[in-house]
Amino acid sequence: MAHHAHEPEVTVLPPDKEKIKKLWTVAGILGIVTAIEFIFAFTMAAGTLRTSIFVALTIVKAAYIVGEFMHLRYETKVLFWSILIPVIFIVWMLVAFVYEGINMPVF
Amino acid sequence: MAHSTATAVSGKSVWDGGDSPMNASYGKLMMWFFLLSDAFTFSGLLITYGLVRSSHQAYEGLVKDFTFSTEYWPIPEKVFEAVPFLHGYELPLVFVGIMTFILIMSSVTMVLAVEAGHRMDRKAVEKWMLWTIVGGLTFLGCQAWEWTHFIVGTDTPTIVKDFVNGQWITKEVTGANLHINQYGPQPFADFFFFITGFHGFHVFSGVLLNFLIYYNTVTGVYERRGHYEMVEKVGLYWHFVDLVWVFVFTFFYLV
Repeated sequence: MAHHAHEPEVTVLPPDKEKIKKLWTVAGILGIVTAIEFIFAFTMAAGTLRTSIFVALTIVKAAYIVGEFMHLRYETKVLFWSILIPVIFIVWMLVAFVYEGINMPVF
Repeated sequence: MAHSTATAVSGKSVWDGGDSPMNASYGKLMMWFFLLSDAFTFSGLLITYGLVRSSHQAYEGLVKDFTFSTEYWPIPEKVFEAVPFLHGYELPLVFVGIMTFILIMSSVTMVLAVEAGHRMDRKAVEKWMLWTIVGGLTFLGCQAWEWTHFIVGTDTPTIVKDFVNGQWITKEVTGANLHINQYGPQPFADFFFFITGFHGFHVFSGVLLNFLIYYNTVTGVYERRGHYEMVEKVGLYWHFVDLVWVFVFTFFYLV
């Protein structure tokens, strides 16, 4: 590593214990939700209800990742909605195309 | 944090520059909109998967009696049931569960690196970035194994119809490629390669970016710059990769 003559004075702050604890809590929630998904995968028969449960739990996980890890919850409202509104249209598109698929079978 | 990097010059019109309307720096804002457009691409793949899958016949019968056939869409837990070094054991979705865990953990180490960057703690940023890179590489290794297993196939072949030299023939097939596969209708294997491949390529790019950030941290680039915003920006990308995996996991492996 090259040594620089003008190394800046850096004040290192101590770890924010509360914030770090919160991050591990979010990680724990993500793990638990995934575990619940596994339980449903092996104890419940496949069908619309099970698929709906999977989708709902996935949205919960996505909300935690985007909201907490990506920090979107704490950004300004304009930024929050400019990301979220297009995503809502994607969900609509997914529902519409799956509906089309069910009604236009290949076999 | 958005506030630490946002710039606002007082006494100037909003249109003269120097002002961040969304209270986030230019770089972070552009990363957000890039990720939104990337989400459109992944949605395109997953929506097409939903359309094609729902237009195929679903397997109706007991899960334990399931056999591979091109007549109906396979049950994912019957396709992905192998774990490295445990040949012959049926362990449905165990390996993909491990992969999910690895990616979530590397997302946590990334967010800890971002937190350390806010505190200008170079040593901690280095440590957590390194763990994130290790997590990313482990995931890629797992995916390489999973692909190999998917391509090579199971011990018992499936009878599949194929169109050769102008006529339909039946033949025994093990494994999968983009032309023929033993697991079910051809689009099943095609979507597997495209969706997990596209995601895996994102992980690969993420590992490269993470390494670049790690390198710049070690050489003190961000310390001289006075902030670790690049860690945040690449962190956003890395979390997005994790987010996509959450959806791939649900739609490809669970449903």
